Amino acid sequence: MSSNKKLSIIVFSGTIDKLMPVGILASGAAAAGYEVNLFFTFWGLNSITKQAMQQMQPIDKNYEQFGPVMMKRMQEMKYPSWSELVREAKEVGEVKIFACSTTMEFFGIKREDLADFVDDVVGVATFLDRAEGGTTLFI
Amino acid sequence: MAELKISKTLDLKGMYCPGPVMETAKGIKQIGVGEILEVLATDPAAKPDIEAWARRTGQQILDIQQQGGVTRILIKRVK
Repeated sequence: MSSNKKLSIIVFSGTIDKLMPVGILASGAAAAGYEVNLFFTFWGLNSITKQAMQQMQPIDKNYEQFGPVMMKRMQEMKYPSWSELVREAKEVGEVKIFACSTTMEFFGIKREDLADFVDDVVGVATFLDRAEGGTTLFI
Repeated sequence: MAELKISKTLDLKGMYCPGPVMETAKGIKQIGVGEILEVLATDPAAKPDIEAWARRTGQQILDIQQQGGVTRILIKRVK
């Protein structure tokens, strides 16, 4: 039965091979009634700017050779992009998207540079408070 | 089993995780409590995933049939 479960993810990586599972986990959890918190920091933060939304995310250097065939298969499967999965997650469930304020300063990213699905700019205390009592992943 | 009145059918063939669960979560909200949703999917994860989703969200699975590569799931909205 539905209990108040929570899934929180610290999204550190900005490569597609890591962002994709973030989108899949977030949307699957949201659909099943979990409260979901996504905290985008460091390279992850760079993938939630308006500019990043317009372009293809890079793949991890270690897996570069798999990139072209994977992208081709995803297109053939009509698989949604990771950001579409996050948007869909927000439609079906309780999902909050947080941007790390310190990282924003490191990279010179302003609030208005962030994608429209970002709920708030926060620090670690807010994230820990939101994540308390649930499962937390670092991706 | 006896004929059940299906209120809505989702054809999710060709969709992969988390698509079938997402669409099922949306679809169940489009029918009334007590009504039945029919889901048709080809994703091999659809059966275990929709069973887990139903357990978590408190909906009731009435029947699951696998025919060829297609899984047919009947879900009753109970809440």
